[in-house]
Order: sequence, then C-alpha cells, then structure tokens
Amino acid sequence: MTDFAIELAGISKRFGAVQANRDVSMHIAKGSIHGIIGENGAGKSTLMSILYGYYQADSGSIRVNGREVRIRNSQEAIRLGIGMVHQHFMLVDTFTVLENIVLGAEGGLLLKQGMEQARAHLLQLNRDYSLEVDPDALVGELGVGLQQRVEILKALYRGADVLILDEPTAVLTPQEADHLFCILRALREQGKTVILITHKLREVMDITDAVSVMRAGTVVGNVRTADVDKEKLADLMVGRKVSLKVDKAERTPGAAVLEVRGLSLTDARGVKLLDGLDFQVRAGEIVGIAGVSGNGQSELLEVLAGMVEPTSGEIRYHGKDLLQEKSSQPRAALYRQKGIAHVPEDRSREGLVKSFPMFENAILGYHNDKTISRRGLFSRQALLARTRDFIRQFDIRPDNAQLRVGLLSGGNQQKVVLAREIHANPDLLLIGQPTRGVDIGAIEFIHRRLVELRDAGKAILLVSVELEEILALSDRILVMAGGQISGEVAAREADTVSLGLLMGGHKQ
Amino acid sequence: MEQWLSLLDSTIRVATPLVLAALAGMFSERSGVVDIGLEGKMLVAAFASGAAAFVTHSPWLGLLAGVMAAVSMAMVHAFVSVTYNGNQLISGMAINTIASGITPVLGLAWFQQGGNTPQLDDDSRFHDITLPFADALSNVPVLGQLYSKLLSGHSILVYLTILIIPLVSWVVYRSRFGLRLRAVGENPHAADTAGVSVARVRYIALFWGGVLCGMAGTFLSVYQTGSFIKEMTAGKGFLALAALIFGKWRPLPAVLGCLLFAFADALQIRLEGVDLPIVGQIPSQAIQVIPYVLTVLLLAGFVGRAVAPKSIGVPFVKSR
Repeated sequence: MTDFAIELAGISKRFGAVQANRDVSMHIAKGSIHGIIGENGAGKSTLMSILYGYYQADSGSIRVNGREVRIRNSQEAIRLGIGMVHQHFMLVDTFTVLENIVLGAEGGLLLKQGMEQARAHLLQLNRDYSLEVDPDALVGELGVGLQQRVEILKALYRGADVLILDEPTAVLTPQEADHLFCILRALREQGKTVILITHKLREVMDITDAVSVMRAGTVVGNVRTADVDKEKLADLMVGRKVSLKVDKAERTPGAAVLEVRGLSLTDARGVKLLDGLDFQVRAGEIVGIAGVSGNGQSELLEVLAGMVEPTSGEIRYHGKDLLQEKSSQPRAALYRQKGIAHVPEDRSREGLVKSFPMFENAILGYHNDKTISRRGLFSRQALLARTRDFIRQFDIRPDNAQLRVGLLSGGNQQKVVLAREIHANPDLLLIGQPTRGVDIGAIEFIHRRLVELRDAGKAILLVSVELEEILALSDRILVMAGGQISGEVAAREADTVSLGLLMGGHKQ
Repeated sequence: MEQWLSLLDSTIRVATPLVLAALAGMFSERSGVVDIGLEGKMLVAAFASGAAAFVTHSPWLGLLAGVMAAVSMAMVHAFVSVTYNGNQLISGMAINTIASGITPVLGLAWFQQGGNTPQLDDDSRFHDITLPFADALSNVPVLGQLYSKLLSGHSILVYLTILIIPLVSWVVYRSRFGLRLRAVGENPHAADTAGVSVARVRYIALFWGGVLCGMAGTFLSVYQTGSFIKEMTAGKGFLALAALIFGKWRPLPAVLGCLLFAFADALQIRLEGVDLPIVGQIPSQAIQVIPYVLTVLLLAGFVGRAVAPKSIGVPFVKSR
C-alpha cells in the first residue's frame, strides 16, 4: 500500500462570482514528484494556496500523512512540514542568503547563535542537494536561478517534507531548469515529496511520477505519468484539440524598415543593458526575440519605442537615423507619428490606464488625431464610434465601450491595446509578450492578427519569453543574452535545444 | 578653547531631543510606516510631562506621563495605518494637527496661563548632573577640560540618550526583532510567508518610537525650559526626520545628522549679535535660517541617493 503525504478531498473555493476550485480531490504519494498542470486560471495556484494556508477552503478536507488537518495560516502549514517556493520570490533583497533563511525561524532573541547553527545546517543542505549557494551573498545580487535555490533552502531549513513549487521554470533558461530538476530528483531520493505546478507539458513528462490535470477549477484527470503522452495531457488540459501551430505561408520579405546599428544602453550604475546590437527588420517579416526575461529585451523595446534614450548607436527607420531627428515632441510621440506602433510588455502599466473606460484607452497616445479631437476637445461620438469598431473587429468582450478597462480579462485588455496600435496603420509594430496572461482562445486570435499584418507587408518585432510562441510566429529568431544578441536562427531550423543554449549565453 | 567647548556643549543639548526623535522615526520607518507625526508626538509628550511634573512635583512621573502620551498617539497612528491600512501621511499629519490643537486648549483649561504650563520649581525638573571628579579635573588641559566641561553637567536624559544610541543600533542589527523589523519594511510579503506577523512587528516598532518621542518631548519641557510652551517643538520632529533620511535610515549616521543640525543651531545662537569682520553684524533672521538651509542643502546635494526601506508607506495587504 502506498503512503500518501497529502490527500485532498472535495475542496471547493469561491471568490465572489468566480468558482476557483470545485470539488477537487487528489492523492499525492510520499516520496514522489507530483505535477499539477493546467492553463492560466485553471485553479492550480488557488488550490496550493489553500494547502499552504493562505485561503480557507469553503468545503472539503485535507489530510497530511493520513491525519486530517485544518491549515489556517502559513505557519501551520510550515509546522506540518509543507514548504512553498513562490513564483514571485518571497525574499528580502537587502539581506544576505543566511539572513533570509533564518527570518522567522531565528531560534532565539539574539541572532548570533541562531545564525551560526543555520550556517552549519545550510552548508549541510548545500552538500546534500548540491545547491551551491553562498550563505553570505546578498540576495539582491544573485541571479534568479540562485534566488530560487535560496527559496528551496528556506523551505528545507524549516523542515519541509512536502515542497510546493509554483511555476518554477518560468524565469529560468532551459539549462537552469534542468539543474533545478536535478535538485528535485535529489530531493525525491531523500524521501521528500515535491508538488510541481506548471503549464508546461515537457516538464511534466520529464520529471513527474504522477499528474493531476486541472481545467476551470476542477480536476479532469489524475494519471500516472508513465501512462500518458503529451498529446493526451494537452487534450485533457484544454478540453479540445488545439494547435499552437499558426498557419502561415512562406513570404519573401521586402526592404528593411528598421535597421539597428551598434545600439547600446548603459544604466546609471554602469551596467550594460544593451551591448552593441545590430539587426534588421524587413517589411513583411516577423522577427522574434527569444531570451530569458531580464536579458535586455524589455530595454530594447523601450529604446525602439522612444521611451528610453540609448547611450550610443543608430536606429534607422526607412533609412534615416531616428536619433538624429530634432523635435519638440517627446521621442515616443514622434516615433509613433512616424508609424512605429508599440504594444508594451506590461500592458497594465504601460499600455493602458486601468481606471479609464475602454473608449479613452482606445485613443491613448493618438489623442491628437484630427478625426477625434478639435482644438483640444474630443468628439465623444467619434471616440465611441472608433471604439465600437475596435470591439467589432477584435471581438472584444463585453462589448461595452464605456466599461472600465480594468474589468476586462487579460485577453480582452490586450485586444484593446492591439486594436489601438494597429488602427494607426503602422509600418513597424513592436510587440512585447503579446499573449502573457491571455486565454487560449484569444492567443489564437492575436497570433492570426499578427500573421495577417505580416502578410500585409508590415514589419513586426516580437519579444516573448514563450519559446513556443516565438517558434510558431517568427520568420527569423534572434536570441538575446546579457544584453547582446547571442545568435540568429531561421525559424525553420530552430528548436528549443539550440535556442536554449543561445539563451544561456553560448555564442554561435 | 573655552568658546569651542561651550559651542559643543550646547550642540549636545540641542541634539538630544533630535537624536531621540530620529531614532523613534527609524523604528517606525524601518518597519515600513512613514512617520511624519514625530513632531506631534513630541509636542504631546512635552505638554503631558510638563503638566504631570507640575502636579506631582516629580520629573520622573513627568517622564512617565510624557512617554504614555506619545505612545498613545503612536498607537492611534498604528491603528489607522496598520490595522486599517489607512494613508500613513494623512494619519501622521492628523497627529501633528491634533497635537498642536489639543495642547494649548488643555493647557488653558487646566492652568489658565495662555496655553502654557506653569514654570516648574527646582524639585520638579531634571537637573544637570556633575560627574564624579569633574571639578578636580577641570584644570587638566584638554582631556580634563573635555570631561568636566563637555561630558559632565548634563541632564540624566542626555546620558540615557548616549546609552540608547548603541542599544538601538545593536537591536536593529543584532537581534531577532531587528531582523524582522528590517524585513517587514523591505518586503513584508517575504516576512509574512516566513511566519512573521507584519502587523505585530509594526505595532511594536511604533510603540518604541512612541517611547523615544516621549523622552524627547519631556527633555524639552521638564529639562530645557522648565515648562511647556505652545508649539515648543518648532519643527524639531521634521528636522529629526530629515536627519534620519540624511543617515539613510541607519541609526548611527542618523545620529550624526542630528549632531550636524544641532551644531548649526548652536552656531546660530552663538553668532547672534556678534560683529563679524568685513560683513559686520548679520541680521538675526538670516542666522536663524542656517539650520534649515543646511537641511535643504544636505538633503538635496550631499547625501547622494537615499534608498528608503522598499515598502515604506505601503499598507501591507495579505495577498498572493
């Protein structure tokens, strides 16, 4: 008979009108790696938050090691031997690794003694699981991969037997992810139980022993990993056949619309965020920029959109260097006027004003357009008419132009931004993370729209951390690492392995 | 020499309430709660201690009353900004407004002296303490003089403050509470998931801030002037806050900032009515402005970028 570390039975949880979890049951065997897979919003994180004591389930029961428990807060979860590695790390950047680890478990009023014991314990854990973390390093100066290991150490230091990891590979390169999986396997060998929340099929197939598939708040399958394949899991996850393949015909690109030469950006501390970039984007092609987030992609978009001034280099647009242009307007407005549209990576911070209604958001940045404003006054009729057009063309729901944009779903918000930027009929579209936080249906729609634009002869620069998206959409792929372009691959010849190496900074 | 000694001597006097208030502010702000109410808490403490010392004839009961008054104000601040996630600036401003309103009203109602408290007699005040051998050593050059003129002859509150400075520094950097305090101000979510109660740490921080403000206010009324005078804090709370920022929210540099401001203040008193070569007599208004100009200059130019605790001013709402 198998022993279960965690048994969940009939867990339900409702937030207002949203049923986040409905009658969820699963058994997680001791000493196994158990995957929980599902799309964004399937209720995985809510379920784990209930297990970790952030929320109370409305109904249902939790058993830990066969004993029924109530987990009212995270301290109780910790006491039961449950540890959590959050997607957004819960670390104090100004503290050392050691300080972060002892926080909340200092072992006495004074730090000295507890810190010494913690150091010894930490070095032991470091050796047991080959974590290679320096206890005296400042956490803020560590890379994400190491910060994640600090989180794992934190949980282990508190005596966790069950470790929950929430989307742990979202911020890692494929190589770092592999290292993480080695650590997880080592944990399993030592008898720990690992719960891995993810939406990536590859990870589930690679490392888990059993999988629970969630969709729309319910468990649609508890299976042994050995008994299924990727396709079966994908079908379960989405509930219908989906293809992330985008139909697109070969097309010969035209003249260069954007040409970047020696583009560099150095921040106030002297760190090179962009380091001598050279590339072109031609009419009628989609150039994808792949890379682990934080390797200069965001800065590149900001520079090209005129939000940030580069330290050196040229940005040639239709052959003329934009940086030499003199204008009384802000750069971003000037670029926009010249036909460079920008769908920013962080739409809620840079693309929209969430408290404004849809029709006001629909003209942000284009408010001087003569057809909607005269002598500084808007024509409300024209605004609403344009917004209704957007709603029709992009199938934005709900179809109410006066609704606050913050109330729309992520996918519909993104459609508002995209509609606005495309309306201006740009020659060059800069688009960052087009489908972050966007549901599958909207993803297909947005991808189709981008390909249509390309076929209409527009130049598109696409930045995304989702490799599958880059692979599906791009004609050419540039990989960025450490502010440089570490390689260029034609989309036909690219695969995740070769891209992964480039993302890790291995030059071609 | 003599002149310098007396200049430094008054620097210490002026600095003491500033140092106490700055350390008070450090506790609250390091925990992530903006504390512009230092001024108000000091003022309330000055009034309460002056009144209590007058009625009971005991400076110590005065101190107790002052501390209690400031702590209760701090708890109001905590209740609004920690328990109810209110706006910390507004709550702090309210404390200042209430303090400058309620003190003269109560003063007038109780003592009928235009809102001030009656002058304390000698027994009800803190006195200057002459340290052992101070008289005997006063003729020894330099060291003896420093000891007898500079170190000796201050109130017990000054000596307490001198002990409190290293104590606070030690608490912040070497104790469990200090670690939690810094964590809560920097990333309360990290502290929360590590099992630390953010609200509890913030309450405790504001409590000790209240205690220190209480001492600062008591110093003003029960030691320095011997009575409460309307608005007697005169911006000292804000000056302390400036010193705290100058010291980048670290205890010892903040104390240094207080000493700097106090020195400018002492210099100003010294320069008043003095004929300087070439410029002649400087108008007193121009001289009085020195500490404030210094504040602006230091904060604007010389400090460099002051990096505040990252979560300062942000109410902690548990979420995920």
